[in-house]
Amino acid sequence: MKVLVPIKRVIDYNVKVRVKPDHSDVDLTNTKMAINPFCEIAVEEAVRLKEAGIATEIIAVSIGNKSCQEQLRTALALGADRAIQIDTDESLDALNIAKLLQKVVEEEQPQLVILGKQSIDSDNNQTGQMLAALTGMPQGTFASVVKIEGDKVNVTREVDGGLQTVALTLPAIVTTDLRLNEPRYASLPNIMKAKRKPLVVKPAVDFDVDLTARTKLLKVTPPAERKAGIVVESIDELVEKLKNEAKVIS
Amino acid sequence: MSILVIAEHDNSLLKAETLKTVNAAQKIGGDITLLVTGFNCQSVVDAASKVNGVSKVLVCDNAVYEHQLAENVSLLVTDLAADYEHILATALTTGKNFMPRVAALLDVAQISDIIDVESSDTFVRPIYAGNAIATVQSLDNKKVITVRTTGFDAVATDGNAEIVILDTVTDAGISSHVSDELTVSERPDLGAASVIISGGRGMQNGDNFKLLDGIADKLGAAIGASRAAVDAGFVPNDMQVGQTGKIVAPDLYIAVGISGAIQHLAGMKDSKVIVAINKDPEAPIFQVADYGIVADLFDALPELQSKL
Repeated sequence: MKVLVPIKRVIDYNVKVRVKPDHSDVDLTNTKMAINPFCEIAVEEAVRLKEAGIATEIIAVSIGNKSCQEQLRTALALGADRAIQIDTDESLDALNIAKLLQKVVEEEQPQLVILGKQSIDSDNNQTGQMLAALTGMPQGTFASVVKIEGDKVNVTREVDGGLQTVALTLPAIVTTDLRLNEPRYASLPNIMKAKRKPLVVKPAVDFDVDLTARTKLLKVTPPAERKAGIVVESIDELVEKLKNEAKVIS
Repeated sequence: MSILVIAEHDNSLLKAETLKTVNAAQKIGGDITLLVTGFNCQSVVDAASKVNGVSKVLVCDNAVYEHQLAENVSLLVTDLAADYEHILATALTTGKNFMPRVAALLDVAQISDIIDVESSDTFVRPIYAGNAIATVQSLDNKKVITVRTTGFDAVATDGNAEIVILDTVTDAGISSHVSDELTVSERPDLGAASVIISGGRGMQNGDNFKLLDGIADKLGAAIGASRAAVDAGFVPNDMQVGQTGKIVAPDLYIAVGISGAIQHLAGMKDSKVIVAINKDPEAPIFQVADYGIVADLFDALPELQSKL
């Protein structure tokens, strides 16, 4: 089966983001960028399905300007077969991203689409579910286990209070949670090989999708700082402070 | 204006977080309807009818909604959407699952995880794991919103809303429930607890998490963990507090053997009082802690338990 893996270029998860002095947005100038960690887990899952003889072809797709080709090459080095860059300089709402991906799904007809559950920049947690709605597919979000069984996929989901397993009719959408797998590192030969794998660039404007913004970012501010606290010398002092100063225990 | 709030529950209990989501709806302002969709969920309906500020409770009690499958619930909410300008759900795993599906079916954007309401179309939400706070205006006619409950207080429960039974059945027929594997615990949920004690990589293994039990018992606390402790396999993922786990804001948060990675701080830094127990005086957790103690947790925990 064909597997589609949409991925996103985001700030490296180890980097603490700065807010621009004019509060118009965050400042990503000269910031280290990487493939979104949940998207990397999605690529890994697709590659494992291919290694298990279930997936036959893995297509990575990313929406953004030319720089996201770097992350598509990463996906190719990890084991994706080919890549599509949907070229745009705009920062699109998740709904519009989902609409572009819907067009890719219509063209490529994958049996499974695996996405990260959220990106660590906008923290929206929307795209997979929206794509599922637009394509009429079932969804297995926050997946920790994915098992293909005939014309169904069983997805074990990380939910409040534990795990829930659902059975979805294929084609289906899966969004990844942290425990689904541990992504491999790309080997040097595979990084070299990835440079020769096909990467197609398609302008977003060619997709016949209305990309009008649905939200407007009015301002971005740094979070309120917590006041520095005190270091206590003993457990006795700690208990005393919690009882009499903070009054959070009795 | 009319606002639809979707109740979060497990068919027997209305989750306390719903009371906070209703508070968010009150801040938007308008006539609030609470939707209870589930199966054999009369006790939830009873509780829902008492939520202050709610004028009407819509009930859809049918087997197709028993497990809150997103495919079925989203069709129902979309069916009801015409009467409301705002549709709100709690940003827990259930709401996060079906709400974007609702938004896409209605062809509107979703505003996720709001922590404040500026006006009926402008909302405040954390981005970049809470390292930046965005103010976002929705340009759509209909607003689909998930509410991060740490930003809102719970409303009271001495109301008396009208109950309306619906017989709408929306079964997409493309998904089914197989099984649940829920963690059985006598302790409060992380989302509802007023005290949380969490362990990190410093706990060294899963067995040592038992050291937190006695303290949690004495304080009526929930037990959490950092992503590092989850990744190391000490404890299950549903205990994870952080950007990618649960976002909590209890009155008291005790971080034990947790260094304080950005991603953990994102999940707990809105707690009222933070205590850090760590043997590394340079650990970043001390920068957000109100009270820190530099100590070996294996000495500190038994002593703390005995002195509470």
